[in-house]
Amino acid sequence: MARIIVVTSGKGGVGKTTSSASFSSGLAMRGHKTVVIDFDVGLRNLDLIMGCERRIVYDLINVINKEATLNQALLKDKHCDNLFILPASQTHDKEALSEAGVENILNELVNMGFEYIVCDSPAGIEHGALMALIFADDAIIVTNPEVSSVRDSDRILGIIQAKSRRAQTGSEPVKEHLLITRYSPKRVAADEMLSYQDVQEILRIPLIGIIPESESVLHASNQGNPAIHFKGTDVAEAYEDVVARFLGEELALRFANYEEPNLLQRIFGAK
Amino acid sequence: MALLSFLFPSKPNTASMVKERLQIIIARERNGGGGPDFLPALHKELIEVISKYTRINPEDIDNSLARQGNLDVIDINVVLPDA
Repeated sequence: MARIIVVTSGKGGVGKTTSSASFSSGLAMRGHKTVVIDFDVGLRNLDLIMGCERRIVYDLINVINKEATLNQALLKDKHCDNLFILPASQTHDKEALSEAGVENILNELVNMGFEYIVCDSPAGIEHGALMALIFADDAIIVTNPEVSSVRDSDRILGIIQAKSRRAQTGSEPVKEHLLITRYSPKRVAADEMLSYQDVQEILRIPLIGIIPESESVLHASNQGNPAIHFKGTDVAEAYEDVVARFLGEELALRFANYEEPNLLQRIFGAK
Repeated sequence: MALLSFLFPSKPNTASMVKERLQIIIARERNGGGGPDFLPALHKELIEVISKYTRINPEDIDNSLARQGNLDVIDINVVLPDA
C-alpha cells in the first residue's frame, strides 16, 4: 500500500526541502519506488536541491491543467533509478493547485506503483501548504530548536489534526514524526539551545531523528546533490537513520550529545 | 572584577527561558483553537458584578490565562479605586 508523506514545518528556512530531498533519496536507495513532489508553486527549489533544474519541461500545474501527462512531467533522479521528481511550476498562479487536481495526481502515482509519495510543502499555512498535507498518511514536522520554529510547528500540527482528509473523514489520524534539524549538541550542552527533549516535551510527538548543524548541507545544495549522498558525513548518516526508523527499524539516537574533543582532536582542529 | 568579566564574558543561559516562554504561548494558542474562549465573557460579567458594589473602570480589571506545569491558571487582577 502506498504511503503519502508530507514534509512540513510552518516556518520557512528550517530544512523542509533539504529533508525532502534526502529522505526521498534514502527511501529509493533502499529499493523503494519513490516520487518527491514540490508543492511550492511560484517559488520552486526542490529541482535545485536535486540538481535537475535544467531538465524541466513540464511541471505539476501543467499536469493538473492537462497540458501534459504525468509521465511527461516526471523527472528521473540522476542518482537513483527508482526515484522521480515532480517539479512545481515557477510561473503559474498558486490557485491553480486545485484539491481535485492534486487528488487525481496522487491517485495516478499510486496506480503507477509508487510505494512512497513525498510531498515537499511550502512554508506558511496557506493554500499550498494545505494542499501538500491534505492527503497525507504521515507528516514529518521539520523543526529547528528555536522559538519561532517550535511555535510554528505546533500550529501546523493543529492544522493537520483539523484539515487533513484523515481528520475530516474520522479515519486513523495522520502519523506525526518530529524531525529536528540544525541541532547543535555543543550549544545545547552550554544551555544556549533547546534540547531535543525540550522540543519533544513541548510538541508531544514522537521523534524520528536529529540532523546536526553542518557545513555539508551547504556543500550539498551548492552542487545539487542531496546531502544523504555525502557518505561518511554526520548529516548523511543522520538522514539514513531517519529513513531506517521510518521503515520500522529501531535505532539509537546519534549526533544528539556533545563530546568534548580530546587532545589530538584539539591539536588537529576538530570543531 | 570588571576586568575579569570583560576578559571572560559569561554567556547567558537562555535555553530554559525559551522553553518556559514556548510552553506558555503554545498552551494559550492550543486553547484558542480548541475549546470555547470564555475569557471575554468572564471579563464582562466580572465588571458587572463588581460595579454593583463599587464604582470601577473596565480597564482596571485584567484577566489572563497561563499554564503552570499541568495546571491552567486564570490570573485576575482588580484595581479598586481610592475611596
